[in-house]
Amino acid sequence: MSAPNNPYDPVAVSTLEPEAVDAMVAAALADIESAGDLDEIKVVRLAHAGDRSPLALANREIGALPPAAKAEAGKRVGSARQTVRDALDARLARLEIERDARVLVEESVDVTLPTRRSGLGARHPLTTLMERMAEVFMAMGYEVAEGPEAEAEWFNFDALNVPPDHPARTMQDTFFVGSERSGVVLRTQTSPIQLRAMLARDLPIYVVAPGRVFRTDELDATHTPVFHQIEGLAVDEGITMADLKGTLEHLAAAMFGEGVQIRLRPSYFPFTEPSAELDLQCFVCRGASVGNPEAPCRTCSSEGWIEWGGCGMVNPRVLRAAGIDTARYSGFAFGMGVERTLMFRHGVTDMRDMVEGDIRFSRAFGVEV
Amino acid sequence: MRVPLEWLREMVDLPAQVDARAVAERLIAAGLEVESVETAGGDVSGPLVVGRVDAIEELTEFKKPIRWCQVDVGLEHGGVRGIVCGARNFAVGDHVVVALPGAVLPGDFRITARETYGHVSDGMICSQRELGLGDDHDGIMVLDSGTVGDDGAALLGLGEETLDIAVTPDRGYALSVRGVAREVATAFGLPFDDPGQRLVDLPAPAADAAPWPCGVEDPEMCELFTLRRIIGFDPAAATPGWMERRLVASGMRPVSLAVDVTNYVMLELGQPLHAFDGAKLRGAVRAGRAGEAAPPLETLDHVSRALDPDDVVIRDDSGVIGLAGTMGGLHTEIDDDSTDLVLEAARFVAEPVARTARRHRLSSEASRRFERGVDRVLAPYASARAAQLLLEYGGGVYAGMTAWESPYSPPVIAMDADLPQRTSGMPVDRATVVHHLEQVGCEIMGDAVLDVSPPPWRPDLTDPADLVEEVVRLVGYDRIPSRLPQAPAGYGLTREQRLRRRAGLALAAAGVVDVLTYPFMGEGDLDALLVAAGERRRRAPRLANPLSEEQPLLRTTLLPGLLHAARRNLSRGIDDIALGEIGRVFVLDDDQDPGGVAEPPRPGVEQRPSDAELAAIEALLPVQPHHLAAVLTGARESRGWWGPGREATWADAIEIASSVASMLGVDIVARPATDAPFHPGRTAALVADGEVIGFAGELHPRVIATYSLPARTVALELDLDALMAAAHDVAPAPDVRTQPVAKEDIALVVAESVAAADVADAVRTGAGELCEEVRLFDVYVGPQVPEGHRSLAFALRFRALDRTLSAEEIAAAREAGVAEAARRHGAVLRGT
Ligand SMILES: [Zn+2]
Repeated sequence: MSAPNNPYDPVAVSTLEPEAVDAMVAAALADIESAGDLDEIKVVRLAHAGDRSPLALANREIGALPPAAKAEAGKRVGSARQTVRDALDARLARLEIERDARVLVEESVDVTLPTRRSGLGARHPLTTLMERMAEVFMAMGYEVAEGPEAEAEWFNFDALNVPPDHPARTMQDTFFVGSERSGVVLRTQTSPIQLRAMLARDLPIYVVAPGRVFRTDELDATHTPVFHQIEGLAVDEGITMADLKGTLEHLAAAMFGEGVQIRLRPSYFPFTEPSAELDLQCFVCRGASVGNPEAPCRTCSSEGWIEWGGCGMVNPRVLRAAGIDTARYSGFAFGMGVERTLMFRHGVTDMRDMVEGDIRFSRAFGVEV
Repeated sequence: MRVPLEWLREMVDLPAQVDARAVAERLIAAGLEVESVETAGGDVSGPLVVGRVDAIEELTEFKKPIRWCQVDVGLEHGGVRGIVCGARNFAVGDHVVVALPGAVLPGDFRITARETYGHVSDGMICSQRELGLGDDHDGIMVLDSGTVGDDGAALLGLGEETLDIAVTPDRGYALSVRGVAREVATAFGLPFDDPGQRLVDLPAPAADAAPWPCGVEDPEMCELFTLRRIIGFDPAAATPGWMERRLVASGMRPVSLAVDVTNYVMLELGQPLHAFDGAKLRGAVRAGRAGEAAPPLETLDHVSRALDPDDVVIRDDSGVIGLAGTMGGLHTEIDDDSTDLVLEAARFVAEPVARTARRHRLSSEASRRFERGVDRVLAPYASARAAQLLLEYGGGVYAGMTAWESPYSPPVIAMDADLPQRTSGMPVDRATVVHHLEQVGCEIMGDAVLDVSPPPWRPDLTDPADLVEEVVRLVGYDRIPSRLPQAPAGYGLTREQRLRRRAGLALAAAGVVDVLTYPFMGEGDLDALLVAAGERRRRAPRLANPLSEEQPLLRTTLLPGLLHAARRNLSRGIDDIALGEIGRVFVLDDDQDPGGVAEPPRPGVEQRPSDAELAAIEALLPVQPHHLAAVLTGARESRGWWGPGREATWADAIEIASSVASMLGVDIVARPATDAPFHPGRTAALVADGEVIGFAGELHPRVIATYSLPARTVALELDLDALMAAAHDVAPAPDVRTQPVAKEDIALVVAESVAAADVADAVRTGAGELCEEVRLFDVYVGPQVPEGHRSLAFALRFRALDRTLSAEEIAAAREAGVAEAARRHGAVLRGT
């Protein structure tokens, strides 16, 4: 930097004197500072940074200076013009921000106005629940098996070791298609899918089978003639009741939370032997309501346990009907009602809500349970 | 099966502190499903005492006869009390149960001294029903005997606990106190002296009396048949109070001594018994089949029953006199004058009895037991026990027994001694196996392989797996450890399963709410949907036993269920409705008869059926594709601060179908269609891959009227399986062109009869592969175009894969598109 008073050249151009340049800058800065809006700043820019502004004119004078002075004067004027431009830009930016703030405030709307113009869709919670349960098994390597709803009696009964005169075959329980002797029924359980899986797949077999089933019950708060079950089947070498128990514990944990206990009670199903009823520890009170009238539990009626389904080791007779070598392979199977699961997992108190098609019911669940 | 705890205690020496809850818990763990534990008269409290009626004064000035009684209830209870009573079935000297003031009877009925019929009634003489002991309210309870002042509650068994057990089909033996007692003894590790294996002492048959002859005509129906006879029985003899109380506690109604004893022994031992009146029998009593042309039989319930030739019956020389093991005939029944009792105890074969009971829709206490299998050898033991009770309480002379029995050799089941361990996944040694099987009643031989003979009351034990269950349940299911098996790697959902889930989500994303309707419908629904005779949707399978005669068919279309559901929503005040369903429909093939085949294939189950047998089974079944359907009515977009709403139209129906298809990667094309149940001018056939896979549009006004739906209700239904078949197995990637796009709009005037989609097709084809999109953006009808014509405005987009298109190229492509539309449909370019 050169000091303003260095007297090394007698040729004087007054407008390029440091004092003069400083004065131009000062005047410009003062005008910039006082520009109140974008229109004014435009005028100020023209006046102090335009082609005819004092600094621009001064710049043109530089050419008249002796070569030795040119550099210093050029530097001085250039720096002055930069200072003015920076001040203009800064002021412009600030004025724009002020303008935006003002305009955007003026444009504001009421975002609490309703926005939904069309009704939301939803899936039926039974469907979603079945998929969710199936996914627990798929994560363990199981595949999803299916079968027809109008099913051959051979699959629904004969091959499942339901003897011809078993009460389940009578008119009280089973819908017959065509005639009572046609050999076709609406499947009363998802278990025929077990047979279909065993006949169609290579060993070992790990499948889960959700589906619709039918019994000739009248519709009421706890019964419906059309309902859903989910069935599981594992056939492998060395399968034991311990495998069954561990698998059901895993399902219970996935559906009701870690640490929920299950209980197996001896029971009877024609297609499993040994057979068991599957009870789920009440996931709400975890048994704390038993014998404790102070804290009753609605979910389990203060029993501590909820009946969830049936299970057992696949009856070797069933394996034989599917052509499986019972000396080498054993299997377990289980099944549970999906409606029932939805009822106690979600507090549905009336089964009719699930079948009447009231859109408010499905919609409350969205697409996840 | 209802089992009073005191009856169990008679057979098993349970410690006094073990209550019914504790017994129930152990039984549940052992596999007997105890549904409830009830306490008789559980809601009775306060003073209940035995009183003796000392005097009766008849009060006649009231509408009904009333008695003013003096009843001695013992000094400690106030001596003789005056009590008003409306019943008349007692006499001076009778012992009765008196509820004293302060007592509370069921229904929170509080007894106080109160004035009634002009007297102060200082208590109440009780009937069975008032005490909650039964339904018998004909009169008050008159006790056989009693001591004045005794505690009435104890005498009546109030506070006695009863277990209610749901007996599974395999455990017929548990339909007896004896069978349950065995389980209780095992569960508590107590000795059990089986009353079913104890032949009670009977007097020697009288020398001058003959037993009644018996026989079995068909050994396939009956394996053991016995008759015991008692002559000179007192028909008026009363049933002892303790027996009545046990019958009532077990859920049976006392009738008469002879009937009560047969019921009592059935409950006690599990053997159904039947008593004939010897005076009404003609010749030997035999068991067999009804055979052809048997005349109808009138059973005890006063129903005349036509007999099937295969019914299991009892007959004498007069013909059929009873349905064996199910219900006796009316005409050989014992009555108030019967003195010659012939007591039948038999072992009928389970399946024929089950079939007989089923045919007659008659489930009796006897048939329930025979269907599950009665103890093979029990009959003579049980009838001896019954005869003993009859002789003791009804007197008479024992006239001996006749019997017929087919040879019986207990089955032998060979089971590896380690099978329970291998099955359960926990250590169970041979000694434990033998111990538990012996507790069940089995006899066991052998070492590594056990030869197990199940006891005669366990006909359900036939396979090694049955024995395993017995062992494991007695070890305790709660002791089974837990382990997760390692499944091999799976392949996840199949393509169809995945796409079906996607379709469900797509439907929801389109604003449709999924419902699950019953898959039943009636001819009326098909008529209402205007489905023509002979159409495929008329080939609906029919249920032999529908829940409702109005809906005997399986659905061939999802629409009836959805239209009913829409109707229900409307009736609940919901006006804007979009509901849908994904589910199976059922259609008979052309070669399938609605009644099914006469002799359906039923291969054996001892081995895998042949492929031909399996194919024959499959051929029985109707086709069952998945369909997807939706019904929309009311606003698709609601009125709001943004402006007016928009009603759902035919276009929404098509768009939902189309967007579901797009989500599955399928382009569907709408073609004009006139199919039922749709509006013939506002319906599209949905075409995928050249196949019609469904329909969408406005419903026919007549359909809307029949289902009482709002005008212009729209719907769609498509064959989801067919749609999924049209989806790519592996979707190809598109060419994403990054060169600059050229946009051109054209308006073509065509006759109104020409479908817009056809014009667009022609333009697309003509414009060639440089044209990446033809989108219709306006339809104009009015003075600017000739009558009967309309102007269709299309926005075209042109783009090449590899270069910027020149103006000439674009113009040439556009003109080629226009030319093709002109050639195919006579289209004229407008505004040039
Ligand atoms: Zn609970």
